[in-house]
Amino acid sequence: MINHPNLKLQPAHSVLLSILLLLSGCVTAPSSAPRATAAGNPPAASTRTAPAMPWKDTSAYQSTYKPLPASDVLITNATILTAAGDRIENGSILLRDGKIAEIGQGVASAPGVNVVDAKGKWITPGLIDTHSHLGVYSSPGVQGLSDGNEATNPNTAEVWAEHSVWPQDPQFLLALAGGVTTIQILPGSANLFGGRGVTVKNVPARDVYAMKFPGAPYGLKMACGENPKRVYGTRNTAPSTRMGNVAGYRTAWLKARKYRDDWETWGRKVRNGDKEPTRPERDLESETLVGVLEGTILVQNHCYRADEMITMIGVAEEFGYRITAFHHAVEAYKIADVLAQKNICADVWADWWGFKMEAFDGIRENAALVDKAGGCAIIHSDSAEGIQRLNQEAAKSMAAGNRMGLTLKEEDAIRWITINPARSLGVAAQTGSLERGKMGDLVIWNGNPFSVYSRADRIYIDGALTYDRHDPARQPRMDFSLDLSADAVTTQATPEVNR
Amino acid sequence: MRTARTFITLAVFVASTAPLLSETIAITGATVHTMSTQGVLRNASVIMTNGRISAVGTSLTIPSDARRIDASGKVVTPGLFNSLTRLGIVEVSAVEGTVDSASQVDRITAAFDVVDAINPHSSLIAVNRIEGLTRVVVAPDAGKTVIAGQGAVIHLGGPGEYLVREKVAMFAFLGEKGAELTGGARGAAVLRLREALQDASDFAANRRAFDTGNRREYALSRLDLEALIPIVRGERPLVVTVHRASDILASLRLAREFRLRLILAEAEEGWKVAREIAAARVPVLMNPINNLPGTFEILGSTLENAARLHRAGVTIAFMTGDAHNARNVRQSAGSAVAYGLPWNAALAAITSVPARIWGLEDRYGTIEQGKDADVVIWDGDPLEVTTFADAVFIRGVQIPMESRQTRLRDRYKEQASPLPPAYSKQP
Repeated sequence: MINHPNLKLQPAHSVLLSILLLLSGCVTAPSSAPRATAAGNPPAASTRTAPAMPWKDTSAYQSTYKPLPASDVLITNATILTAAGDRIENGSILLRDGKIAEIGQGVASAPGVNVVDAKGKWITPGLIDTHSHLGVYSSPGVQGLSDGNEATNPNTAEVWAEHSVWPQDPQFLLALAGGVTTIQILPGSANLFGGRGVTVKNVPARDVYAMKFPGAPYGLKMACGENPKRVYGTRNTAPSTRMGNVAGYRTAWLKARKYRDDWETWGRKVRNGDKEPTRPERDLESETLVGVLEGTILVQNHCYRADEMITMIGVAEEFGYRITAFHHAVEAYKIADVLAQKNICADVWADWWGFKMEAFDGIRENAALVDKAGGCAIIHSDSAEGIQRLNQEAAKSMAAGNRMGLTLKEEDAIRWITINPARSLGVAAQTGSLERGKMGDLVIWNGNPFSVYSRADRIYIDGALTYDRHDPARQPRMDFSLDLSADAVTTQATPEVNR
Repeated sequence: MRTARTFITLAVFVASTAPLLSETIAITGATVHTMSTQGVLRNASVIMTNGRISAVGTSLTIPSDARRIDASGKVVTPGLFNSLTRLGIVEVSAVEGTVDSASQVDRITAAFDVVDAINPHSSLIAVNRIEGLTRVVVAPDAGKTVIAGQGAVIHLGGPGEYLVREKVAMFAFLGEKGAELTGGARGAAVLRLREALQDASDFAANRRAFDTGNRREYALSRLDLEALIPIVRGERPLVVTVHRASDILASLRLAREFRLRLILAEAEEGWKVAREIAAARVPVLMNPINNLPGTFEILGSTLENAARLHRAGVTIAFMTGDAHNARNVRQSAGSAVAYGLPWNAALAAITSVPARIWGLEDRYGTIEQGKDADVVIWDGDPLEVTTFADAVFIRGVQIPMESRQTRLRDRYKEQASPLPPAYSKQP
């Protein structure tokens, strides 16, 4: 259960948060549960212990991710941004068994360990995008691959993005070349409740389950404002206004609450030996929402305007759930103090603005001001282009902050695209910073990652070299891109920049 | 310092009235990328008088009445140019009443002119110019037919006089977009364009017969035919937005057939036919960060397109195609450098090259004596994402480094105020 409204996003606590999430993940996804359970046929209640809630079993869809084969490697002489404190000059990182075994200055090598000299290069954690539609809005963007918005009902909490993800989307590899190792794929924002998001490791795979981040909690995509009211209002159905939106959320939460109570009543009756208690009908929509009420599913709430975010905090308080992050929070800077105090992340763009009314007040300093207020600032993409340069987007917001007199360093801005997103996805105990014991997810950049000229040279995921800009054999290609005419598209080893 | 503040106040005042005679300003001690044959000058001065650059060099005598701006350690370039935007014709993209980039009536084609709608008071202009963008092409978007209409070049020093060149080019769409507008086939789009050009040629040669009703019927209206005359005469360029290599070649064929001054826009697969584009001496407007295989006509998109076209001898200039973040054209330029384009070619693609493509090189594009004083002082490498403009001059006038966005920022930067932001002393 994650009902800790006062949980601060400090490093130690975030580890705790992730552990709690892992524990609750075990409750919801018992890998040993019989297959029949997932299909909705509970074993007969023969004992008087609490019966398992059949609908909490998602084992049919659990992660089958296995790290790519990796040999131990020692990367030396780099400038390291750890996202967990000061930078390390002339630093080394030892990746052993897929994990960060050692990090610091003067890490000793060992027999059988490959040594990579990264002199002049920078290392950061693998980048993490909390808001992506890769695989659900694939390239090419044709109708046949448009699987991101189940825009047929304002509440589609029952749909799961993972059931749309096309792992052959070539955009995954472009994101990989941009240093992105972990991605949350979300349904679109047409609906008040868009459905469940899924967090994946950015590795080539035949199916989405082989990408799913082990133990990562589901996200619930919710949407405020213009999109739902436009999509349904133009069909002359509810919601057509912001007040209609809020009525829609509240109605759904009431229904979810009743659903939870009905199952609990059923469970109590079984426990009490009631011979034939009426078993409630399963309802996929409410099941997702109950996951939120119980704290096992994290709310990822698309919401632009400051006043609407305050309203959504009210809805969350009314029904006793926590909002993990506001996405596209273009006006987060107007309520940075509130977001910091409520411990809600603001996932923002560096400079997208003005494409609709609720995005008109966007400013470049948004992430910087959220950070300055002590909040959890995140740069997200919502774009197959933007995801390729999260580092540059963070750089723009950092520089804009410094232009207005803040004193942000690379050590601060790197957190916006690594550890803060990891916290927001509930995976901070495993990835998001370069610390001993964490997954070997990292990027070697050919220069300062906050420069437009820098490129990701090598990307390691769980210690495995997954991408190498200078080795075509280490540049994965999707089935779709096997056409002969695509041969020259892949970026080969480019000559060093002529400045 | 006080002088500077006084000047900014003055500039704000004047900018809201009419054209002005600017003071004499001397920027000193800068690294100046002249983009002319003078190349890069270190520890150099740029002197601006009456809206023009009066001198640039390393050992200039600074006029005694000049306002001096010490730019030691700074970088100076010409004001930047974005070769295809919607600035001034879009305020909020999803608010229909503020969008004038295209008509949804199929009668409106070549005669459609963005100039009739450009709003120099748009809040987007200040947002973009304080980041060093001083001139842009404002282009119509695809409406209901392959020919979208006529664009203009504006400078962002308004809202007084802002037009640099109206009817600078005609804009058209082939490929998937063209096909979509003409019944679903690429060939139909080419045919419609060919028909329009043939009609315009005939109309130009037989104007009197047309006026007396002694000429065959044309597919286009009189206004559209008139607008196309300078295009078929090769006096003004036709910009064709096109993506796939085969569609680029179709555009080149059409240009040969009618002896057009063709400019290609977007051209993500241009690298596949770079030699043909270079041989036809056709310039390409492009956004070098476009690398998604987002449709079947851009499966060949690559971040190396700019470098490959440049290497093949193609003239390239950069564009973003949008309005709100037209300023990000320099990030695009920096990205092209990261993927192989020489740095100087990238800066040229947003200064001197568009000046030539759009026929403005007598007044803009380099830091040379006699040119309009569009000058930017940068706090570092102008193509770098962490660099900002310290000062921007448009035709010799220093613009206030203020926009609706900086005002929003300043209003909310301190949240300890007991008063609601609207009542605080911040603007």
